[in-house]
Amino acid sequence: MFSGDKRVAAKAVLTGTYFMNGDDACCEGALAAGCRFFAGYPITPATEIAERMSRRLPDLGGVYIQMEDEIASMAAIMGASWGGVKAMTSTSGPGFSLMMENIGLGICTETPCVVCNVQRAGPSTGLPTLVGQGDMMQARWGSHGHYEMIALSPSSPQEMFDFTIRAFNLSEQYRIPVIIMADEVVGHLTERVVIPPEGEIELVARRKPAVPPDEYLPYRPDQDGVAPMAGCGEGYRIHITGLTHDEHGYPGMNVETQAQMVNRLIGKIRNNKDRIIRTENICLDDAEVVIVAYGISARSATRAVREARSAGIRAGLIKLETVWPFPETLIRDIARRVRALIMPEINAGQMVLELERCAGGACPVRLVSHLGGSIIHPGAILGAMKDALKRKQ
Amino acid sequence: MKVRKTKESPPPHPLEKLLRSERLPHIWCSGCGIGTVFSSVMAAIQKSGYDPDRIAVVSGIGCTARMAGYIRLDSFHTTHGRAIPFATGLKLARPDIKVLVISGDGDLLAIGGNHFIHAARRNIDITVVCVNNLNYGMTGGQLAPSTPLGAKTTTSALGCPEEPFNFCYLASACGAVYVARWTTLHIRRITNSITDAMQKKGFGFVEILAPCPTSFGRRNKIGSALDMLKFYHERSVIRNDIDPKDASVDFENHIVLGKFVDTERPTFMDNYQMACNGRIGNWLDPNRAIAPENEAGR
Repeated sequence: MFSGDKRVAAKAVLTGTYFMNGDDACCEGALAAGCRFFAGYPITPATEIAERMSRRLPDLGGVYIQMEDEIASMAAIMGASWGGVKAMTSTSGPGFSLMMENIGLGICTETPCVVCNVQRAGPSTGLPTLVGQGDMMQARWGSHGHYEMIALSPSSPQEMFDFTIRAFNLSEQYRIPVIIMADEVVGHLTERVVIPPEGEIELVARRKPAVPPDEYLPYRPDQDGVAPMAGCGEGYRIHITGLTHDEHGYPGMNVETQAQMVNRLIGKIRNNKDRIIRTENICLDDAEVVIVAYGISARSATRAVREARSAGIRAGLIKLETVWPFPETLIRDIARRVRALIMPEINAGQMVLELERCAGGACPVRLVSHLGGSIIHPGAILGAMKDALKRKQ
Repeated sequence: MKVRKTKESPPPHPLEKLLRSERLPHIWCSGCGIGTVFSSVMAAIQKSGYDPDRIAVVSGIGCTARMAGYIRLDSFHTTHGRAIPFATGLKLARPDIKVLVISGDGDLLAIGGNHFIHAARRNIDITVVCVNNLNYGMTGGQLAPSTPLGAKTTTSALGCPEEPFNFCYLASACGAVYVARWTTLHIRRITNSITDAMQKKGFGFVEILAPCPTSFGRRNKIGSALDMLKFYHERSVIRNDIDPKDASVDFENHIVLGKFVDTERPTFMDNYQMACNGRIGNWLDPNRAIAPENEAGR
C-alpha cells in the first residue's frame, strides 16, 4: 500500500442511492468493507468487478494487479492478506476451477480473503456470457481434502453490495476464504443499490494476538475455535505452511496432528454455524409447500410464490443467503410440516441433494432444473408447486 | 554419592538467531547442496543489514522450499509453483517488507514458470533464489526443466529427451535486473550475490547449481556428493557480465558462472504509483515525428 498520494482522500464508501449493476455493487461492497488489494484475471461475466477495482483502488491508496492467471490471482490475494491487507479476487467457472488448489491453501493456513464467482453455464467454456448455477458443489468440495466452507449467494445488486461486506466480515472472523456465489444475471442486472453511511456499516477485523511473540502460537485457537492472527512484519516470525501443522504452525506428519488440525478447521465453522447461516423466510408460517432457492433463482421463486398465493396456494420461500453451511436444522423442521419442498436451480440438481438429505424423507423434495443460458421461468416453479400439491399425501 | 556429570551445552550456531533450531534435524539428504545455500541465504540476510522482522521468505513445494520451515523469519511455505504470485501479493501489500522467494528448479520453472516470467517482466521487487539440482529430488528424482538432454531420471530412464532451460538467460530475457549463477562451491559469491540482489530494487535472480547425489547423481554415475562438487569445480568458469545468452550450462565442457545482469529499471510499484498519480504518460503519440533510423539498426 502506498500513501502520501493526493488521491487517497477519495471516498471508500459511496454513501447514496445508485442505479448499479451487481458486479459494480460487489466492488463497492468490497471497498466499503476495507478491501485494498485486488488481484484478478479478466473473465466474462466477472470482468466488471476487476475493471471497477482497477479504477477505484488507486484513489484509495490500494493496489490492483492483473495477474497472469487465476492461480496466481488466488495466491496473490493470500500474500496480501498475510501482509495485513483485506484482499479479494473475482472470477467465473473456468477461473474458479483454477483457483481450487490455492483455496485449499487458504483453508489450511486460515487466510482471510474473498472470492467472488460470477457463475456462467458450464461445463468447460460453456456459455461464457450466459447464466448458470453449476458451481455450487464445486464451491463446497472443489479443493482436495476435507474441510468446511462458507459461501454466500446474492440475488440482486443490493445483495451483491451487502453480501460482499458480510463475506469480508466472515472471512476475517473465521479466518477462511469466503466465496460469493453470484451468477451472470445478478452480476449484470442493474437495479437500485443503497449504500449506507460509512458509520452504519458494521465491519469485522481479524483478531490480533494479545501475547508477545515468545508466547504466541499461531494456531492455538481461542474459545470460538479461531486463532488470533499475527501478520507478516509484525515481529512474530510466523511460519505458515500448507502441510498438516500443529499449534506452532510446524509440520506434523502424523495421525494425531492431522486429526487435530482437520477437526479444528471443520469445527470452527460447524460450531459457529448458527452465527454464519442466514436465510430470508417468506410466508413460511402457514405454508404447505415451500420453495428453497438461492441466487437469481430466488428471484424467480419470489415471483412464483406471489402468483401461487394469489391463486390460493399456501406457498412459502426460504431464500438461502448462505448456501454453505447449509441450513440443516431449519430444513429438517420445515420438512416435517409441509407437503413438499421445491428447489429451482440452474443446473441438473446440486443443492437439491443437500435439501433431500436434510429433509430426510419427511416430505417429497422436487427439483426444478434448468441447464443454463437463461433464468428459470416462475411458471415452471408454480407448475411444480401445483403438481406437488395434486399428489396424495 | 554419585556425581552426575553435567553436559556442557554446545556453543550456539553462528546463525542461531535466524534458525528455527527446534525444528532440526532437517529433511535434506547427506551431500545435498541445499544446506550450503541455506547457510548462504542466512549469511546474506545478516549481511544485508535489513531488520529481520521486516524480511519474509516465501517458498513453494520441494526440497528447497523446506528452507522456509527452518528459517526464523516470517516464512510462507505455499503451493507448488506459486511462491512468486504469493510473494507478489505480499510485496505489493507491504512494500516495507523485503521478500525472498526460495525455490527449486522444478517448483520455480516448470509448474511455476509462467509466474516467474511475468514477475520478472513486471519487475516485482523480490529476490528469487533458485537451487538447481537438475531434477525433482523430493519425489525421488524425476526429470525437470533443468535436466540435461540424455540424463537419466526415474521418468527418463532411457535418457532425458528434452532440452533444458537456461534459467539465467530466461530471467534476463524476461527483464530481471539482477541475474547471477554459482555452484554450491562458491559460498562467498552466493552470499554476496543474494545480498546484492536483496539490496537492489527489482526482480533479482540467483541460480545455484547444487548436487543431488541421492536422486540425480546416483543415476548418472557422477559418484558421491564430493565427486559432484569436483565435477562442478573442474568445469566451472567465471565470466562476469557475459551476455546471458552465452552463459551456458554445458556439462560436457564449461559451466558458465558469474553475475550476468546488474541493471536498473522501474519496478511494478514505481510504475503503478506513476499511473495512479496520472504521471505515466500516454503509450504513444501518433502525431510525433519518427526518430531518424539508427545506423546500427539497419
